[in-house]
Amino acid sequence: MNGLVLASAGNVLVWIVWVVAAFSCIASGLAVVTFSNPFYSALALIGNLASLAVMYLLLSAEFVAAAQVLVYAGAVVVMFLFVIAYVGPRHETPWSGGPGWQTVGAAAAAGALLVEIVVAVGMQASGSLAHETEVGAAFGTPAWIGRIFLVDHLLAFEITSVVLLVAAVGGVILGSHTRRTA
Amino acid sequence: MLGPDTAWYLAVAAVLFGIGALGVLIRRNTLVVLLSLELMLNAGNLALIALSRHWHNGAGQVFALSVMAVAASEVCVGLGLVVALNRRDLSLDVDTLSELRG
Repeated sequence: MNGLVLASAGNVLVWIVWVVAAFSCIASGLAVVTFSNPFYSALALIGNLASLAVMYLLLSAEFVAAAQVLVYAGAVVVMFLFVIAYVGPRHETPWSGGPGWQTVGAAAAAGALLVEIVVAVGMQASGSLAHETEVGAAFGTPAWIGRIFLVDHLLAFEITSVVLLVAAVGGVILGSHTRRTA
Repeated sequence: MLGPDTAWYLAVAAVLFGIGALGVLIRRNTLVVLLSLELMLNAGNLALIALSRHWHNGAGQVFALSVMAVAASEVCVGLGLVVALNRRDLSLDVDTLSELRG
């Protein structure tokens, strides 16, 4: 009886954390899209990534949550902020000049995509998402992830490193000062 | 599992993906388009991790980490392009960047 009460209290707590994380995730996502200053958009992305990391923790994916904060909030967003500061303020219209046909069409396309995702996932997974499996204590820990990564998915791991190397070389070439004679 | 079902996480992922797609389609600033692209990638990651938890299968988390590496590569190349555009005094407006010729 006591254990049941405790489990129920834990459930309520997890629900509260989830609702806060989901709302801040969606609100900061909207902020990224709607802020006219790209600097504020990048700062809003940090909030989005942090709330996503909270949801990863609720899904007992601790290593991915840590990697999310380190790689995204620590590296990617900082690089964004550096480039935004380097490029400086631009005198451009942030929006497509009022609600023109382009904006309306884009909003309609995004809405259609959202409906399509919901319908496709709902039809494919109706019913099968109800049963939850209990996971062990090792689920999501770095040791567990590392074993899967380096035993089952070694080729994907190596290809990822090649992709990162190619991207780094491409970034250096794009950023180098040598200018081809036009 | 304590807390919401997997379907709730998938709903948040779908809404986040829709917001990101909206940003990619309606914003004109290259930097904000890249930021919205990150939103879409993160929505995919959330769905992958939720389903990884649901099926008790680690492949989803491994794939999410690979998506993070791809996102880092994409930011590297995309910001390199932005810097190159800025150095040539070109506009960062995606509507005016309609030709590939430098």
